[in-house]
Amino acid sequence: MTTQAMTAGRVPMPGMKVYNLKLGMWVFLLSEVMFFTGLIGSYIILRFAHPEHFANPGEVLNVNLTAINTFLLICSSVTMVKAYAAIQQGDQQGLKKWLLFTILMGASFVGVQVYEYIQLVGEGFVPMAELYAAGEAHGELIGGPLYGATFYTMTGFHGTHVSIGVGCLCFTYWRAAKGEYTADSLGGVEIMGLYWHFVDLVWIILFTIVYLI
Amino acid sequence: MSTIEQEMVHTVEGGHHDHHELPFIRKYIFATDHKMIAKQFMFVSLFFLVIGGLLAAMMRWQLGFPNQPMPGGSILPDAMMAPTPSGAIMLPEFYNSLLTMHGTIMIFFAIMPLLVGLFGNLLIPLQIGAEDMAFPRLNMISFWLAVPAGILMLVSFAVEGGAAGAGWTSYAPLSASGEFTGVYLGQQLWLVSLTTIGFSSLVGAVNYISTVINMRAPGMTWFRMPLSTWALFITAILVLLAIPILAGALIMLLFDQTIGTGFFRPEVGGEPLLWQHLFWFFGHPEVYILILPAMGIASEVISNRARKPIFGYHSMVLALISIGFLGWIVWGHHMFMSGMNPLLGTSFMISTMAIAVPSAIKTFNWMATVWKGDLHLDSPMLYALAFVSMFIIGGLSGIFMASTPVDIYIHDTYFIVAHLHYVLFGGSLFAIFAGITFWYPKMFGRMMNERINKVHFAFTFVLYNLVFWPMHNLGLQGMMRRIYDFTQYEYLVPLQPMNRFISICVFLLVATQALYAFNFFWSMFRGEKAGNNPWDSNTLEWTVPSPPPHGNFPEIPVVYRGPYEYSSPESDTDFLPQTTPPRKPAVQQWIPEPVTPTPEGF
Repeated sequence: MTTQAMTAGRVPMPGMKVYNLKLGMWVFLLSEVMFFTGLIGSYIILRFAHPEHFANPGEVLNVNLTAINTFLLICSSVTMVKAYAAIQQGDQQGLKKWLLFTILMGASFVGVQVYEYIQLVGEGFVPMAELYAAGEAHGELIGGPLYGATFYTMTGFHGTHVSIGVGCLCFTYWRAAKGEYTADSLGGVEIMGLYWHFVDLVWIILFTIVYLI
Repeated sequence: MSTIEQEMVHTVEGGHHDHHELPFIRKYIFATDHKMIAKQFMFVSLFFLVIGGLLAAMMRWQLGFPNQPMPGGSILPDAMMAPTPSGAIMLPEFYNSLLTMHGTIMIFFAIMPLLVGLFGNLLIPLQIGAEDMAFPRLNMISFWLAVPAGILMLVSFAVEGGAAGAGWTSYAPLSASGEFTGVYLGQQLWLVSLTTIGFSSLVGAVNYISTVINMRAPGMTWFRMPLSTWALFITAILVLLAIPILAGALIMLLFDQTIGTGFFRPEVGGEPLLWQHLFWFFGHPEVYILILPAMGIASEVISNRARKPIFGYHSMVLALISIGFLGWIVWGHHMFMSGMNPLLGTSFMISTMAIAVPSAIKTFNWMATVWKGDLHLDSPMLYALAFVSMFIIGGLSGIFMASTPVDIYIHDTYFIVAHLHYVLFGGSLFAIFAGITFWYPKMFGRMMNERINKVHFAFTFVLYNLVFWPMHNLGLQGMMRRIYDFTQYEYLVPLQPMNRFISICVFLLVATQALYAFNFFWSMFRGEKAGNNPWDSNTLEWTVPSPPPHGNFPEIPVVYRGPYEYSSPESDTDFLPQTTPPRKPAVQQWIPEPVTPTPEGF
């Protein structure tokens, strides 16, 4: 390569000071933002257009349980940061420990969400609008047809993202257990962290919009 | 270092030093080389282009010869054709499937993968001086998601109830319940297939954006990038942000159909207009996804074949960016007739008309580039000039539709059909012909036969206009689009001869494409051998052998100048490759220390 020309300072070097994987993850997260924007936007439009098909969240949802779950997910973001900080210092044991905490909390979040779904369906909060339209024949239903559909779609897709994240975290843990990350080579942990924080951020927005407002 | 990374480094270095043969399956099937993936996209989407053309021809039979037995129709199953003693007559349900699948296949499986999949993969790494994409494996996944999506789309013709029949826009509630169209599984396959190919495009877009931002060769600054790469970069951003909206809408519609939610179904409390908003919020950027790369290709070909620098390079780039931006705030102009506050309609009308400004800048720049140029009217140039002229007609008819009062009259008529084909066929497809012909030597090392291409161009250009120009008139006389049998309306019966004329021209137009197909395959083996740079072009892809080896460049090139320095006084020939160092050393400027992005562990 004509390094002479470059070191002479005549040839500008393009590109960002970010490695490809990290840039790719940021770009991918942009599209994820649009995906959740579509879902949340639909929820807002439907709720304002048809308030009669939406119940007050507090009447249907177990907000306290989900608040605890939200706290759990935020904590898992903290442990993810701790994992990244550990490997920055070259501390492979610390990385594994904090990754394990993150995995456990992420998995618990999904577990609590599944429990919440089972409870809600048991109480008669379902996504099938047809059942609401059919009336009493299907037993006591609560919430409203559009509320059920939007609630389960939004939280379901978020839960899917968390589940995929837990899977990727397990993969990262497996790589960490093999000692593949060092203070100089930690891209995998960093992009894992980006994704995990994004999922956490989406949940904070969803929790606010779906459970609190 | 990780195994994946070791392997990646190994593959990349393989192109440089020990160029060893990959096993067949890695080289041709599950290839990670961007040029091979580009060719895979090209073959698959050209196949779909033929399918889409045949679907159109079948529709035109029904319109040209309403309720008459279709030649060869008896080989189709009874679910599509009604057998009569004199032959098989097309069923209305099948006609609905035809128009839906023609639009879907042409947009998502032919034009879009040709423009983005073929040219994005082929051109981006070569034109910016990179050895491959940023994520070669992701690139492979992108292609192998598109294939099952295409198979699902084709399979849907064979399932009970036939293929989707709610139009390519699949407006709810028509699409939300099978009882309206009689299509149940077909519509669901349509949704799954589109979600899959959407994911394929998304993965590709992540790759293109990362590659353009991070993988440019030394000296390849933003404003030294060829316009084709610029256009593909803007397109990738549109794909990245628009496709997720479509994916969300498709999934909601799929839920409506399968588990019985009511997002878009008014009978259970849903909101059908929401589908239109979501669809067109994706759909209008999609329109620019389908035309921006074509603009880039045309800029490349016109500048090269006119042997002149492109007129107003910076304004070309800024026009691309502003079209890409304005494309997000105009989706409402598809919905003037859906019941919209007139004030809102007016604002959509104004933002839509604003797009005419950057489009006109591009058009005038192309004309100024051609003006007094040393014109080489060979086939790529002819196709590119056809693109410009047809884009002007399509763009002008677009202004008619953008203005609300006119649109109320021509909404959902053949005027719309004429307009969209002037930009999609006359625009995008002619640019695709230009691009394939222009980069054919780079892909296969041989030139396409010039004489056959010129004949193909002449027939296609004339027949294409004979097909689509009269459709403006049909629309103005009130013939609605997506109609199975227009003769059921007395006031449309006089349009029968015009429709028959159009249909005959369509059959000839489809048949003409055999010339290009023949040329395409024949030239692959018998074409005249092309050197590295048959078009005397400046851009980086022409500095390497045709076809380029694995890893593209023997060493990463250094770029010293812009891509369109044709007929420069600095050079003895009429072109000046981007890798030519300046004759006089440039004035010493302060430029920050080079920083090479070092990949860290996965």
